Amino acid sequence: MSTHRAHPMFDPAKAGVPDDLCPIATEINPMLPGDWRSMRPVVEREKCVKCAVCWLYCPVQCVVERPAWFDIDLRTCKGCGICATECPQRAIEMVKETAG
Amino acid sequence: MSAAILEKGRIASNEPHHIVCEGNEAAALAVAMARPDMVSVYPITPQSSLVEHLAKLVADGRMDAEIVDAEGEHSVLSVLQGAALAGGRTFTATCGPGLAFMFEPYFRTSGMRLPIVMALVTRDGITPQSVWGGHQDAMTVREVGWVQMYCESVQEVLDTTIMAFRIAEHHDVMLPVNICLDGNYLSYGAARVTLPEQADVDAFLGEKDVNWHAALDPLRPMAVDPLTGGAGGKGPATFVRYRKGQCRGMQNALRVIADVHAEYGERFGRRFAPLVEEYRMDDAEFALMTLGSMSGAAKDAVDEARDAGKRVGIVKIKTFSPFPVEAVVAALRRIKALGVVDRSVGFRWNCGPMFQETLGALYRLGRQIPAASFIGGLAGADITVEHFHRVIEQTEALLRGAAPSEPIWINEND
Repeated sequence: MSTHRAHPMFDPAKAGVPDDLCPIATEINPMLPGDWRSMRPVVEREKCVKCAVCWLYCPVQCVVERPAWFDIDLRTCKGCGICATECPQRAIEMVKETAG
Repeated sequence: MSAAILEKGRIASNEPHHIVCEGNEAAALAVAMARPDMVSVYPITPQSSLVEHLAKLVADGRMDAEIVDAEGEHSVLSVLQGAALAGGRTFTATCGPGLAFMFEPYFRTSGMRLPIVMALVTRDGITPQSVWGGHQDAMTVREVGWVQMYCESVQEVLDTTIMAFRIAEHHDVMLPVNICLDGNYLSYGAARVTLPEQADVDAFLGEKDVNWHAALDPLRPMAVDPLTGGAGGKGPATFVRYRKGQCRGMQNALRVIADVHAEYGERFGRRFAPLVEEYRMDDAEFALMTLGSMSGAAKDAVDEARDAGKRVGIVKIKTFSPFPVEAVVAALRRIKALGVVDRSVGFRWNCGPMFQETLGALYRLGRQIPAASFIGGLAGADITVEHFHRVIEQTEALLRGAAPSEPIWINEND
């Protein structure tokens, strides 16, 4: 995640803004889907033909292109399984996330 | 459009400037004088002519505001949320079904502490189908955190609309405000009004400063309205803190509304009771409680009853939300019977909503007062002076007999 900012984040305390008015957030507190996903897509590299159907259908755009196949960015994948359903080569399998 | 008002190049003078206009036009003129940056509207009876007046003011170059004809009320208020977060002074108007369609952003507006001003041209709830006035729409949303002030006259609509911006934008309040004007009776009722001078309104409202606390501003990066509560993030405490803040703002509004009315009276010479008006209450033995435009007929009836020797007064509520508990208790502290006239229905308690809230205030008084709930003026029905004479008789009877357990329906046989 980029930390570049043209201007510093708003500081309500410095601006004299009470902390019980409009709810605002001034620090990045990401809760990525990878933290709560229950199923994980696994790509079989031998079957992948790089047709990009998974890339096209992924609702969170977490499919990333590798030189020889398409892979999944597991930080942002929410485990919906659409890629596995749509893959014409049946190259993607949904597996359960292990506990912990 | 009335002639001279807000015309370009009109020379300011010390002469009072009077026009005759309807409540909807009075509200539009007041909005123009408040110089909003953006007005977003969707027409709906009986608010439509207010929107038409605003559109004409903009089209004629008398009001320098963006006017957004959104595709529905949900978008109307959402558009204004963005404008307010960008630092704009904002206004809209709606009623009844339009308010219902607006409900999701309506709730969010008070939670985001955006000082958006809205004329609520009150209309009865449908169904039964009707397009006429009544307070059911405003009463339905009385727990959504908006300040709600009910007007009695066209003049009060104009003056309260100007004051509403001051109240909403006060740093101790920062809440959206409804000016409630009775559909039909005030929206279309024509009366003489005195217009303030633009320069005086400018001085009264001062510099606007509406997004000091939350903004869509690249120079002050922040995330507005993020997820709070629940198990994620910082837990329930965050949500509770903001909710408590809303309640604090509402309580502050009681003081600010009184202060702003006092200052307005001094600057413009027109004084209105900010929270509760006590009319002929000094030695009153029993009282009526009224809300909105019905109060005029009630005052006439009380004057006549006074001439006939009855010691009756009126407690008129102007600010219904936040409910002015202390002022109501103070007004009722000496009376022995009370008749509360509502222009809407409280389905859950089988009485008028204002009656029910007043019972809560009477508990603080610590004294049982026989009280009756009168429901009248539904769907545009008139509550006449004759009706109020019946209300006075029936309330006076409470001094001797038991209070009725059911509401008394004023227009039942009309």
